[in-house]
Amino acid sequence: MLLRLRAAVIFILVLGVVLSVRQPAHAIPAFARKYDLPCSACHEAWPKLNDFGIAFRDRGYQLGNEKDSPIWQNPSYWPITFRITPEWHRESSSNQVVDTVPGNPALGQTYQDVTTHGFDFSGLDIWAAGTLYKDISFSVLPSADSSGSFHFENVFVRFDNLFRTRWLNLKLGKFELDNLVSEKRMLFLSSNGGFYQVYHYTPFREVQFRASNPPIVQFNPVFGIGDNQLGVELSGHSENSYARYSVALLSSNEGSPGLPNRTYDGWASFNQGFAVGKLGVQRVGAFAFFGQRPTFFNTSFGSPVLSEGLGNKSLYRAGLTGLFYIKKVDFSTVFVHGWDNVFLGTGTAANAPLPVGARGPTWNGGFVETHFTYSPQLVFVQRNEIVRMSRQVFRTDPRDLGDIDAFSFGLRYYPFMFSRAGLALHTEYSLVRSYKSASPLPTSTSPFGPDLRSSSVFIGLDFAF
Amino acid sequence: MKHNRMRAHFAGILVLLFAGVGQVTFAQESHIGGLTGEASRGKKLYRRYCVGCHGPLGDGRGENAPWIDPKPRDFVTGTFKCRSTPTGALPTDEDLYKSVTRGFVNSNMPSWLPLTRQQRADLVAYVKTFSSSFREEKPPSPLSMPSESAANQQSIQSGNELYQKMNCWSCHGKEGRGDGPSAQTLVDNRGYPIPPYDFSVGTRFKCGESNQDLYRILMTGLDGTPMPSFANGLTPAQAWDVVHYIRTLQMNVKRKKQTAENEKKDGGESKPVGAQPE
Repeated sequence: MLLRLRAAVIFILVLGVVLSVRQPAHAIPAFARKYDLPCSACHEAWPKLNDFGIAFRDRGYQLGNEKDSPIWQNPSYWPITFRITPEWHRESSSNQVVDTVPGNPALGQTYQDVTTHGFDFSGLDIWAAGTLYKDISFSVLPSADSSGSFHFENVFVRFDNLFRTRWLNLKLGKFELDNLVSEKRMLFLSSNGGFYQVYHYTPFREVQFRASNPPIVQFNPVFGIGDNQLGVELSGHSENSYARYSVALLSSNEGSPGLPNRTYDGWASFNQGFAVGKLGVQRVGAFAFFGQRPTFFNTSFGSPVLSEGLGNKSLYRAGLTGLFYIKKVDFSTVFVHGWDNVFLGTGTAANAPLPVGARGPTWNGGFVETHFTYSPQLVFVQRNEIVRMSRQVFRTDPRDLGDIDAFSFGLRYYPFMFSRAGLALHTEYSLVRSYKSASPLPTSTSPFGPDLRSSSVFIGLDFAF
Repeated sequence: MKHNRMRAHFAGILVLLFAGVGQVTFAQESHIGGLTGEASRGKKLYRRYCVGCHGPLGDGRGENAPWIDPKPRDFVTGTFKCRSTPTGALPTDEDLYKSVTRGFVNSNMPSWLPLTRQQRADLVAYVKTFSSSFREEKPPSPLSMPSESAANQQSIQSGNELYQKMNCWSCHGKEGRGDGPSAQTLVDNRGYPIPPYDFSVGTRFKCGESNQDLYRILMTGLDGTPMPSFANGLTPAQAWDVVHYIRTLQMNVKRKKQTAENEKKDGGESKPVGAQPE
């Protein structure tokens, strides 16, 4: 019996060498080194911030002890953090259209589950962040995918305490939209679980349209609440950061540099924390995004002029957020309502007639993410998420077309907790079901396929220095 | 007779036991306003936030201590800088609570204001468990603080004279720049060098930023540092004069202008200077 148990434990541990970071996640040992505080001072479990970490970030990466300006640092201090995750992962997708006989498409196609697994590593974050001067902070995050191709995940300068009030802070550059539940700081890493479905949801018809229209894709017509955006942000907070607000003016290009696109989006969020006796701080908030995206592009002798999107049509997202703590258990909750203009929803250029009976799609979605923080070094995580279409583009579409159910669970174990570096053993399982989202077989008369199920198993060593 | 003696011994032991338990219970709690902090909860918070500097034993020897200047407080000795109680005495729970809330300027100790009041009270309760002093004695009553006198020219002049007479300048320097003749020789109670406060640069003091805080520092001293208590050397009125003079050493132009304007407006009877810190 003992031998079996030992074998099972060893199997789990061996299996437990983990995988692919969907979102660059934020944890900055460079700050811990600067201020000699353990990771747990700012993070409930890194990268998720606790109340002190929220306040530290809101103050512009300053503790306010008159030693924040870099002039007080040892000249050898260099505010750089590296993060990468060597991993093993397994990815599986159901109902994939494959040739009945591989290499011979003429003999027809069939549905099959496709599964891959193996050793891998995530992208790399090389993050510099800190203060340029008292009340002037910065962040530069070049981030590479696992092939080594870099992009700038964020780049900004922030002026804090304008007019000597903490309610006025100005940030310019590319940055994460301020929201109570940050996707960048989530405790999931797998391909299926490493992002919030509801933050990136696009109705099924729109996805189909984009897939068939490569030029419009180059305008980056999507919007993800969790994606960093280019723009300017005005934000503020109370002394303990229980009350916070943010308003931002953003370029309508989903954070893609070099694509100004001539129009702007707006973002606003507000959240308030309440100290509830021995339970700690409970926070609730709301957010709203209103933006535009192009539906066609200018042409020159028939060739697309890609830098000029035209026929912009609007979209919005609005939602409620909450962070609730009951002793060692906490819940991150989000509800989102989304709407896309009918031209976006049907993929119709604004200078062309709409399909008969088409309507702007709407949907609702949300999740409850639960963390059981046994100690600052061991946290169990779980998330249930759903997205439900409330209005399909066409009345004839199935009511559940594009709906999503997602479920993830896992644990993170931090073998040590100090102020120089961080290491976490991360294990995770994630399952996503997308209703009627598989591609139809060529022989099918229906434009829709069966449900698509994707799952990930992830075991990795997530480290930051 | 034998039975009676045994009974008496047994009762005595019980009384002692209960007295001991009572003391332990006292040391494991803190009382701040209507809040009762509990050490058991504070321990978890301490392990999360404080252990890196103050160490698991509360002796200021955490893993970061070698890299920190000034060094983290050693809670075991029961010696605390910021108190409302006389020099040499334990601080009140409220004093410790304020220290946790405010943090210490020019040190690595941040303000823990983002923690809830209950959490800070719990931390105070746990910090007290490190020193046997909190089990063995009770903090005395805070020093009384008479209302502040007017910060007029006369008071400032008197403060200037007292600053010279009480040898404040020997550490803090003639212009309050922390460059007095003794400045280089000062050490704290653990033998670490400690510079005197530079009034010309700082806007906040170690134990607060208001005139009341400054008065309290003067009268209680900063235990564990060379800064003595002047409770026996200055009358309350004189202490306020020194406070008013020290404010003039702070190179805060706005405040100086305000002083001049106040004096002009009030015909020499200015309002308290720095009562509303910026």
